Amino acid sequence: MLHVESATMDETLAQFDDRRANLIPILQEVQATYSYLPEDVLRRVSRKLKVPLPQVYQVATFYRCFSLKPRGKHVVQVCLGTACHVRGGTRILERVETETGLTDVGTTADLEFVVETVRCLGCCGLAPVMRVDRDVFASLEQSKVKSVLNRYRAGGLKRPARKGGSRG
Amino acid sequence: MADHIIPHITDLEALERYAIHGRASLYPERTKIMVGMATCGRAAGAEEVLEAVRESIEERHLDYAVAETGCIGWCSQEPLLDVWVPGRPRVTYGRVKPKQVREIIGSLPIPRTDLALAVMTGDDNPVTGRYHSYCNGDDGRVDGVPSYSDLPLFRRQLRIVMRNCGIVDPSSLEEYAARGGYRSLWHALFSRTPVEVLAEVLTSGLRGRGGAGFPTGRKWQAVRDAAGGPKYLICNADEGDPGAYMDRGVLEGDPHSVIEGMIIGGYAMGAHEGVIYVREEYPLAVARMSEAILQAERADLLGKNILDSGFSFHVSIAKGAGAFVCGEETALIASIEGRVGEPRPRPPYPSEKGLWGKPTCINNVETWATVPVIVSRGGEWFSHIGIGKSKGTKVFSLVGNVANTALIEVPMGTTLGDIVNEIGGGIPAGRICKAVQTGGPSGGCIPAEKLDIPVDYESLAQAGSIMGSGGMIVMDDRTCMVDIAKYFLGFLEDESCGKCFSCRVGTQRMKEIVTRIAAGKGREDDLRLLEDLAWLVQETSLCGLGNSAPNPVLSTLRYFRDEYLAHIRDHRCPAKVCKELITYSIDPAVCNGCGACVSLCSGKAILGEKKKLYRIEQAQCTKCGACLESCKFDAVLVN
Repeated sequence: MLHVESATMDETLAQFDDRRANLIPILQEVQATYSYLPEDVLRRVSRKLKVPLPQVYQVATFYRCFSLKPRGKHVVQVCLGTACHVRGGTRILERVETETGLTDVGTTADLEFVVETVRCLGCCGLAPVMRVDRDVFASLEQSKVKSVLNRYRAGGLKRPARKGGSRG
Repeated sequence: MADHIIPHITDLEALERYAIHGRASLYPERTKIMVGMATCGRAAGAEEVLEAVRESIEERHLDYAVAETGCIGWCSQEPLLDVWVPGRPRVTYGRVKPKQVREIIGSLPIPRTDLALAVMTGDDNPVTGRYHSYCNGDDGRVDGVPSYSDLPLFRRQLRIVMRNCGIVDPSSLEEYAARGGYRSLWHALFSRTPVEVLAEVLTSGLRGRGGAGFPTGRKWQAVRDAAGGPKYLICNADEGDPGAYMDRGVLEGDPHSVIEGMIIGGYAMGAHEGVIYVREEYPLAVARMSEAILQAERADLLGKNILDSGFSFHVSIAKGAGAFVCGEETALIASIEGRVGEPRPRPPYPSEKGLWGKPTCINNVETWATVPVIVSRGGEWFSHIGIGKSKGTKVFSLVGNVANTALIEVPMGTTLGDIVNEIGGGIPAGRICKAVQTGGPSGGCIPAEKLDIPVDYESLAQAGSIMGSGGMIVMDDRTCMVDIAKYFLGFLEDESCGKCFSCRVGTQRMKEIVTRIAAGKGREDDLRLLEDLAWLVQETSLCGLGNSAPNPVLSTLRYFRDEYLAHIRDHRCPAKVCKELITYSIDPAVCNGCGACVSLCSGKAILGEKKKLYRIEQAQCTKCGACLESCKFDAVLVN
């Protein structure tokens, strides 16, 4: 498990006042910083906002964007919205799993990738699509998945080259 | 983004000064290059195109203006590049590759008619009712390139909500002002009472664009009349329906329209605080919206004592955390309050007890963005657009197996067939239309033979679907309706918040049954069982998610029962989709041994020799379909 620097955490928490409405924004910030929600941070958030720990956990486990376990370095989100589904999104997901050696969504053993599904990235006109970190790849085909992932692997190209498919 | 913002606007003249700056960048006296930089454009490579534009201009030392715009909605042609030479029509280029940019810029001011998609001879402004022509004297026709007004995709559109998308730079308050932006707010604050503003919205007949279609004016009235305060406004931008992205289009392409609508709403209802709840899957929308809020605040259009009118209104952003159910209003409120997004029973409705227990008005992005136009043109004007009880226009995302995938805005009452076949250009590659899915997971599949129905709230409901947020997913004959039902049930099973037993367990059981049918293991009485369960879930769930969860099953059962029966009785998937019921093989008469499929085969099931012949070892085949996708010679057969 990653060691959480308490000074960084102090800074993160200090950005927010103690209103309960800040629970989700704080957890989002923590998730963005550490790629998961470490237990000791959840305890601190609970004390800060005076929200009982079980309720903090209830929120942390209800919403899709939070994870209680460390996630892979690169977030691969395969869109399974309806437009992507009718244009082969599930097959793209299976290909991503094959290429990353996973049998289901989740984090790879080397912590390089976390593969997730997402219900619509709103790029339906260019389906099927997937997002890796902040880059959206459009009009995917199974044959393109490997080269997309390779750009993000350790030692891969730093700058994602021409994105998207041949079909605009 | 502009640093030349004039510090304060306290009267209409000052607002006009913004508009002058906006017009100077919107219609400059020099050549202007525009790139559509919404999320979809970026996904298709717009950033690289923009970079090529900048490089090309620098290389040639040209004094051209470069602007980023939002999305005009022509998704199938992304990335889009537009060139505007003063006095001439705006020329649109589609599916632009960075290397073409140099050619396009090199030939200026002559357009590359061989590459151009269409020309725009001017723009309509629904806020002012005026048309702004780009062309000096002539009609702006360019030989060999169609005009937007001739193209089936655009000819029938009427853009009220999307009035500025693809026209203005979304990060420019000045350009929004140049298109008549914030004038409606000014008129509301200085020449109308709150009751008069409310009356316009009531007269307009506008109904909520988020799905249920509740009359907006009545909702506003209820919040205005509610006892207690402070009152809150919420913009529901938790666009969760898969296949719908019009809210993203507006937030990314014209964020100020939503802010202006909310401030006007605040004035009419006596609210001073608004929250925009945006889903976290839309990072660019969040960024654009945050930027617009800051600009409006700096310009005294938002915050304390707006335009020196004495009226104050504040807007903040709350980011969703990935839960479909939070599109439901009571769940959304719970989420803003920092709790799990579980719906609660209504009444009391949010108009009485909403955010923090106070009267709250929740409207969708499109609804808020429509308000400034209603205020400037009048409710009466708006009520003449549309059909029956469905007034105005609606934005639809036309996606799936259709030639022109696009975000379109048409008057209510346009028929589904006109949308798919005329505006959407029909089904590509000689396939046939099987159904159109509308309304997201709460909606249904409308079969091809019913495409003549007008798109309005009532007609869609009668056909077993709903308007929903406006997603329209066109399905061709390669789509299996049992698979679609299974897909939506999987979605709803995942997204059910779990509060009501009937929704939580009902969606699971229904999915199990449909999964069994898709695997060819269904029983004849499964269909009755499905219908019974569907009724139960519909009747005994608390919120809209559960009430409408059975719709995808019920509508496919209603129109495509034969397809279910083919799976059950004949163990056959007519659309050749359901994995358990199909096999892949290679036609030895066609295969030329190119080997394109071999390396892609996820089960290493393709055996044979290069330049001779390959075959598929059935025991190893995972049915991933990669061979079918990769074969350029149609040698892969599915049976």
